[in-house]
Amino acid sequence: MSLFKRYFNKKKYDAAHTVTWSEDMPSKGLFFKRFKKHKLAVIGFFYLAIILLAAIFAPLLAPYNPNEITDAFGEGPSMAHWLGTDDIGRDILSRVLYAARVSLSVGIGAVVISSAIGAVLGLIAGYFGGIIDGIIMRITDIFMSFPYIMFILVVASIVGPGLTNIILILGILGWPGIARLVRGNVLAIKQSDYVKAGMALGYSTPRILFKHILPNTIAPILIYATSGVAGAILDEAALSFLGLGVQPPDASWGNMLSSAQSITILTDQPWLWIPPGIFILLTVLSINYIGDALRDALDPRNVK
Amino acid sequence: MESLLSVKHVTTAFDTEHGKVTSTSDVSFDVKHGETLAIVGESGSGKSVTALSIMRLLGKNGHIAEGEVRLNGVDLAKLSDADMQKLRGNDVSMIFQEPMTALNPVLTIGYQLVEAIRLHMPLDKKEAKKLAIEMLTKVGIPQAERVIKQFPFALSGGMRQRVMIAMALVCKPKLLIADEPTTALDVTVQAQIIRLLHALCKEYDTAVMLITHDLGVVAEMADRVVVMYAGQVVETTDVYTLFEQPLHPYTVGLLNSIPSMDFDDKELQAIPGTIPSNYNALPGCRFANRCPLATEYCHSNKPELMDTGDGHLTRCFEWRKLQQGGHLQ
Repeated sequence: MSLFKRYFNKKKYDAAHTVTWSEDMPSKGLFFKRFKKHKLAVIGFFYLAIILLAAIFAPLLAPYNPNEITDAFGEGPSMAHWLGTDDIGRDILSRVLYAARVSLSVGIGAVVISSAIGAVLGLIAGYFGGIIDGIIMRITDIFMSFPYIMFILVVASIVGPGLTNIILILGILGWPGIARLVRGNVLAIKQSDYVKAGMALGYSTPRILFKHILPNTIAPILIYATSGVAGAILDEAALSFLGLGVQPPDASWGNMLSSAQSITILTDQPWLWIPPGIFILLTVLSINYIGDALRDALDPRNVK
Repeated sequence: MESLLSVKHVTTAFDTEHGKVTSTSDVSFDVKHGETLAIVGESGSGKSVTALSIMRLLGKNGHIAEGEVRLNGVDLAKLSDADMQKLRGNDVSMIFQEPMTALNPVLTIGYQLVEAIRLHMPLDKKEAKKLAIEMLTKVGIPQAERVIKQFPFALSGGMRQRVMIAMALVCKPKLLIADEPTTALDVTVQAQIIRLLHALCKEYDTAVMLITHDLGVVAEMADRVVVMYAGQVVETTDVYTLFEQPLHPYTVGLLNSIPSMDFDDKELQAIPGTIPSNYNALPGCRFANRCPLATEYCHSNKPELMDTGDGHLTRCFEWRKLQQGGHLQ
């Protein structure tokens, strides 16, 4: 048999029996590979995981009840109190651990709410266009031109402080950015053939919107939401620092920092404000690094 | 026999910044049960707009300004959006030109197929998945059990077009509109896809409205042909007559511009010029400026579709010359 013939017979055989397809869901492998390139994001991810676990298991890990008054008042770090105690004798380490619960739930809760509102409004505005688009985007403009922190302060003082209210306020005020982002993406996606093909197959509009367009814009939403979590944690800290956030005796990183308003504490008792400050800094930093890594890993145009 | 699809005097218009623009005017043709009708014409002749008019997928600016589109006697132009939506995928399906972009990149093949199946058939997930695998095997995809777990980017263009065909035919529609289904594929795959489409539609007794500018595809698949030029139907006939005895100079031009393998002494004939952009405002025949047979009369009078016998329609005053003289050289 000639070489030529053998080659073609082999090809036939290959096609029938050993067609090798690329791995199932190869995107996952690629995603992790790209994510891992960001060393800081990987570190941030592990840091966040630890904080999250610490927050969940705070009752087991904390050496004291966070609101329990011990007999040490305003003492520095010691074997009994690793991070010292505050002016009324509460253990700082225990309080920081419990405060992590507040900060993380504010961060995640607020972003879940604002992403949901923003995504739905953005989808509707982008897909239907016209007057609907105009109305939604003008509302977005109005929301975005409010002096943000002032507005939150006013609303917080009207509905009253507290963890749930903070989450709701930050969630309800945080959507315009996501709405704009999603709208822009939808404008591009709705022109694509698969949306047209979906219509030609008789899919209903909500199905096309939420099952076909939304998954295609999930990546930017995720990236935006990550930075939103960091922002919400900072906002909560700022509000609590100003006394309109989580109310004492409950601990949050923000209201623990508020004790640093006095100059004597700033200079003489750094253990009162350095731990919550460092936790805020590291958490926000980690989240932002993870956001960067997500953006690179989820961007299909990025072929590194 | 009653026609499955009957398009009568349809004029499609788009609202633009410059006012109303008519894209196709007075388009009429019929598709009978189980037959394949090819719509041929060069880019910009209104083939795709006609298809999208039937599906009512013209977008916000476009609409059917005049005429009626009857599917099984129901005027689609007058249906409500909700009723039209029920009809799409069930009675009429569509395959698009670009298989690379016609599948949703973030959903698996299986998900998209099962979704299409379950929307139109009362099946549970398991049965739908079984049917999906069956259908994929039918369109010639090997290892369908694996493919349904994959995302579109893992498949080649030909494979994706096979998936599209599976999706469009799985609910056994009465009419399939195929908008240049092979244009984006390479030549060897084109032939496979056309044969597959042909075989499946025969099996399911699905009528096909095939939009193409490839006369090879027409010869392979079509029963009857509609030739479009500048938004108008210029000739309608069965496929044999079209190749034997074309009665419109544009059709003759199209046939002459097919590269032939048999004679290499002849230079490839192209139709000189392009479609005039202001064709709606022309007082005479829209093809006159490119037509070798055009007379003064053609430039100032609009030809209507004329029956030359046996249902062979042409929009040309000079068709008798073509009939007598055979092919134009």
